[in-house]
Parts: sequence; C-alpha cells; structure tokens
Amino acid sequence: MKKLLLGLLVALVGGHSLAQFRVEVSGTGLTQFPIAIASFKGNDGMTQKIAAIVQADLERSGQFRAIEPSGAALDENAHPDLPTWRKLGADALITGSINRVGDDRYDVRFRLWDSVRNQDLGGQSHTAPAADLRRVAHRIADAVYEKLTGEKGVFSTRISYVTKSASIFNLWVADSDGESAQSALRSAEPIISPAWAPNGNQLAYVSFESRKPVVYVHDVDTGKRRLVANFKGSNSAPAWSPDSKTLALTLSRDGGSQLFLLDVNAPNAEPRRIAASTAIDTEPVFTADGRSIYFVSDRGGSPQIYKIAVTGGNAERVTFNGTYNISPSLSPDGRTLAYISRVGGAYKLHIQDLNTGQAQAVTDTSADESPSFSPNGRMVIYATQQQGREALMTTTSDGKVKARLAGQNGDLREPAWGPLVAQ
Amino acid sequence: MYKWTVLLMLAALLGACSSPVKLNDVNVEDKSGQATTAMKPLTPAMASSVGDKKNAVANLDTTAGAKSSSAAGSAANSQALAAAGSGRTIYFEFDSYAIRPEYQAMLEENARTTKASKIQRLVIEGHTDERGGREYNLALGQKRADAVRKALSLLGVPESQMESVSFGKEKPAMVGESETAMEKNRRAEIIIR
Repeated sequence: MKKLLLGLLVALVGGHSLAQFRVEVSGTGLTQFPIAIASFKGNDGMTQKIAAIVQADLERSGQFRAIEPSGAALDENAHPDLPTWRKLGADALITGSINRVGDDRYDVRFRLWDSVRNQDLGGQSHTAPAADLRRVAHRIADAVYEKLTGEKGVFSTRISYVTKSASIFNLWVADSDGESAQSALRSAEPIISPAWAPNGNQLAYVSFESRKPVVYVHDVDTGKRRLVANFKGSNSAPAWSPDSKTLALTLSRDGGSQLFLLDVNAPNAEPRRIAASTAIDTEPVFTADGRSIYFVSDRGGSPQIYKIAVTGGNAERVTFNGTYNISPSLSPDGRTLAYISRVGGAYKLHIQDLNTGQAQAVTDTSADESPSFSPNGRMVIYATQQQGREALMTTTSDGKVKARLAGQNGDLREPAWGPLVAQ
Repeated sequence: MYKWTVLLMLAALLGACSSPVKLNDVNVEDKSGQATTAMKPLTPAMASSVGDKKNAVANLDTTAGAKSSSAAGSAANSQALAAAGSGRTIYFEFDSYAIRPEYQAMLEENARTTKASKIQRLVIEGHTDERGGREYNLALGQKRADAVRKALSLLGVPESQMESVSFGKEKPAMVGESETAMEKNRRAEIIIR
C-alpha cells in the first residue's frame, strides 16, 4: 500500500501536563477541507487554547486539514482579508475572541468565514466558567463541522473507557478527545465492556468485584448504580436496545455462553433467551430499529459474526474471511460493521460494507480490540497497543486518518463512544 | 474540491432557509457589508451558557473500606494454593477445553470431599491467555470452567454445590507474553468456599 505519512503535532498545554495529540494521515485520495483557525483574541496566557482544541477536533475527524494561521489573533469583529486567506490555501477561516465577563465566567465568540465565496457564514457566542472552556471549544468545532459538511459533529459527545494503573481499575467518562476525564467507578477488580445507554446518562458494564462477572447499570451523573444481572455463572457483554429499555447480554446460567434479553427497569426481571445453541454466543449489538442483533458465535467451528432477529429464528452469517472475527460495532445507519479480525496472528480492526460484504483492515497495529462507532458513523474509537502500552485510537471509517487519544496515564482500554445528546 | 463546493453551497442554502440571521443575540457587528448567513445557534439557552448543566460525573470508589476483601483475598488464596502445590488448578492446551487424564485423581479427590461435607461450595473459575478479545475470552474461560464443573458432576457432586464462572483474560496467573505465561494462564481453578 502506498503510504503517505503526514505527522502533525498539535501540542495542547494542559493543567499540569503537556498533552500531545498526533494526527496521522495515511493513504491517498483524501479530500480534506482546508481551514485556518486564527488564535482567539484574548486567549494568550490562558491554559485552554480554544483555537488549538477546535483544530485538533476538526483534524481528528479526517474531513479537515488545518492551514497554519499567520500573524495575530483575529476576533469575530475583524473583517479578514479573505482573498489573502484564500491564497494561503484556506477555504474557510475561523476568527474569535475570549473575554472574562465575571468571576470565573468567560464569553467565547467566533465567526466562520468562507474565503472562496468571500462570505460571512455567521457565528455563535458561549459563556462558561474556565473549567468548561474545552467543552465550549468542542461546541465550536461541532458548529463549524455541521455548517461545512451538513452532518452532525460529534466533538461534544462523551466517551467512556477503562484504565488499569497499579492494579487499580477506573471507569472514566471523558470528552470525545479523551480529555477532561472524570472517574465514574474505581475498583480493585477488572471492569470491562462499558456500553452507553442511548439516553447518554447511563453506562452498563461488567464488573468482577464480587469475584465473578456481573452486570451493573450505572447512572453517570449521580454515581448510583444497580446490579441488573447476577445470575449463576457469568454475566457479561451488555448491549442497549435503541429505546434504552432492554439489555441484550450473555449469561451462562443455563449452561454455555448464550444470549438473553433483560428488561432494564423491572427489578428481578426474568431474562428471555434469544436463541439456543450449543456453541458460544456472545457480544450482542442491536440494530438501530431494535429488531435484530449482531453477535459472535463459534457455531461454525470458529468465532464469526452473525445476525439474528430479537425474536429468534435462523442466524445469518455476516463474516466469512478468516477464522476469528469478534467484537462487532454497527454504524448508526446500519450499513457498516467494524470488528476485530485475526490475520496471521495479528488482531486488526476491520471495516466491512454490509451491502457488498467487502471488508478491509484499517490499521497497522496488531493487538486491536473493542471498536465503537461515533454517533455520526464517521469515526471509530478502538483500543490497541503502542510501545508496549494499551492505548486508545480513533480512526476515520476509511482508515485514512488516525489519532491517539491523550489524557491519562496507565493502560487505556475498553472504549465506548457515547450518543449524541440534546444540549 | 468540487465536492466541497457543493457541500458549502448546500450548507449555505440550508442555513439561509432555516437559520435566524443573527449571531445569537450578541452584539457582533457585521462589517463585511454582505448579506450574512448566520449559523443557527446550537440552542439559545445552551449557546449562551455552557456551564449551567455541568457534565459532572460522580465517583463511586469500591476500593475504599473493604480493601482486603476480594483482591487481597484472592491473591492470598492463589498464593496459598501455589505454595501448597495443592493441585487445584487444571491447565489446558491452546484453544482446548479438554481435561487431560492426569487431572482425574485430583478431580476425584475434590468430588469426594465436597460430597462428604454437604455444605462445601465449589466455585470453578475459568481463565484464558491474553490473546484475543476480552468478551470472547470470557466465553472461552467459561467453557473451561464448565468442563470442570461437568466432570465433577459426573463424579457425583450436586450442581447446587457448584458454580462455574469465568475471568477470561482479566486475571492472568503470570503476566507476560511468553509461552510459559500463556500456559500458566490457560487454566481453571477450583475454589472452595
């Protein structure tokens, strides 16, 4: 494969640490929108650099290429010389300002310019305390992304992941770039398979704190949680139905790892078996209409991905290449499947077009795990190993633009991309 | 570039149709002298204030207080077992759930004492090596634990006195990628409660 590597280092100066963001662009035939983001007026000397955060967001999406802005900060009132920006290669320009308007209160404004059509595309203003300035920057990136691509941006969404550090496990909730992480759960035992409820407020996950795998549903805002599956044997692989009312999960209570549906809100609900097989059935994911489930089964002799109606019936095999295909994640439009496939001893993230059945490996790493689609279907977050550490990466769904997420020490694993929620 | 131009035009058109021509109620003068197509505010309330609904995450710390319980307890347990060489661990071949004949005597001994006690409970914990996905390994470990449970059941241990669970690859007996480590990790442990 012809490979063009454009390393681009955007250094974001964090509170105590220098978080580094590396966006890798590989492959040819990329159409990226060239955009310049001027420093926000009044942002000098502040910890959070709005322009840098917006730029990192847009670049990570793979749809934008940043043109280095020349010269001084430009605020939203400035009337930039758009033909000059056009000559610099920028088809669009973001200008803006940040002003302190009270005790720990900042007013952040920006304006988006179309330098091709010499047009003001409008802008927004946000006020926020210093602690929320990163979120403001993500909002700005979302607004610009939506204006220029016509699709929803996902920069303001949240992700969840697990760290293992000195035998302590933490379940984190963080911004989509991995920053501003807050621990939702700290445990001496492993935590795996976090899954966001479509309402964006709850996480289901598997915890081993009672010396066996059991499934909790955890309210992120309050820290309150409920043990929803603690049946005899192992309880694992929770997946939410689109209406947030039902969990699909894997239980071994009746022998073997089998798929069940569980009513989340009814205490002591009796799980309903989806299908019965003598093989391993696990890792369910719902389709957007809630009627079908993709899952992993070794019923054909090796683990492959299948699809079955939630009412049961015949399972349809979905993956055919290789002898180890696991951990499916479905794009929100239902057209694309991300999963891990073993190729010559290496575990690689694959993306498959469900219409054509065509699948391709999209990474150069060899220990990929746990892919999770972004809610607009344009990106996938996954776990992998880099320099001997477990790390989180995002990739565009064509595999051409990747970024390693910063923000934490220790081993990072089990990422789950949260939903778009009304703001 | 053509694609982007079309997108831009589309975006501009959509904006013109649906968006209020305003910079969200703030006094940002438009000095361009052109017709502005303002971006639709995200929503008025949130656009004007990001901090009002904090993305606060409450922390639940299960390590506080009961620190000694599971982690230290299980470590002590495994250490004791290892030191005594008590033979309560069954090792498996790669990708296999078959119990090798050499473990038959040990299983018979376990079955005998469990049946005799009536109140003794056995938890059989299945484990895998580190290769592959966490959930699939959990299912593989379950198959190993189930194989041991079934063997004990055939030896007369009532199902009510047994539970088979899996830790997948989450609790390696030996850390590392060596073949030795992988062999040590493909195991089922019989824990007496």
